[in-house]
Amino acid sequence: MIPADEFLSLALAISFATVAVSQLLAMIRLVIGPGSGDRILALDTMVVNAIALIVLLGISQGTRIYFEVALIIAMLGFVSTVAYARFVLRGDIIE
Amino acid sequence: MSWDIIGTYAVAIFLLIGAFFTLVGAIGLFRLSDAMTRLHAPTKVGTMGIGALLLASMTSGFVAGNGSFHELLIMAFLFVTAPISANFMSKVNIHTKASIAPPDAPDKQTWSTLVKRDGDEVPKDEPA
Repeated sequence: MIPADEFLSLALAISFATVAVSQLLAMIRLVIGPGSGDRILALDTMVVNAIALIVLLGISQGTRIYFEVALIIAMLGFVSTVAYARFVLRGDIIE
Repeated sequence: MSWDIIGTYAVAIFLLIGAFFTLVGAIGLFRLSDAMTRLHAPTKVGTMGIGALLLASMTSGFVAGNGSFHELLIMAFLFVTAPISANFMSKVNIHTKASIAPPDAPDKQTWSTLVKRDGDEVPKDEPA
């Protein structure tokens, strides 16, 4: 059985690589589209992946200060998704 | 085996679960065929992926001795807002006709988000 510390650092490395690959795939979907719905969806996924990267950074450094960053990014991500969708639907964000 | 070691193993396993579901969601977002189908894949990222990663963060805080339940805030916020943004994005898909078969409007009504086509019957009391 692998010692716990080695297993944790291995899992952290795997998670960083996997979330980075996911971010890249979402970025490719953001570029190739084809519709504006897909682009909004890709941006939403990228926000969630960014939260995941920040959480992983907090785990790897052993600090708790990244929590507020992740919370604010989660709130702004939802608001920006709704704003993009409103803009596509209505041509205006606040009518 | 002490509680610290068990907690460290738990953190690593939560990390692997979260990373796996994040990758599954991103591959689905990249590979699936049409817009309405692609809308399903990032649900995995939002629910299982970020949930397990935040659980890992919370557990690692408790292992280090300064744990708290603050991460539940992010989890609850993401879980509450995910259906709302998915609803908005599917409305965008219907509106831009990106979905293969947009649903028929209810009788004598039009969708509020769809543009009016030529054959559409406009209700009498609709303003302008």
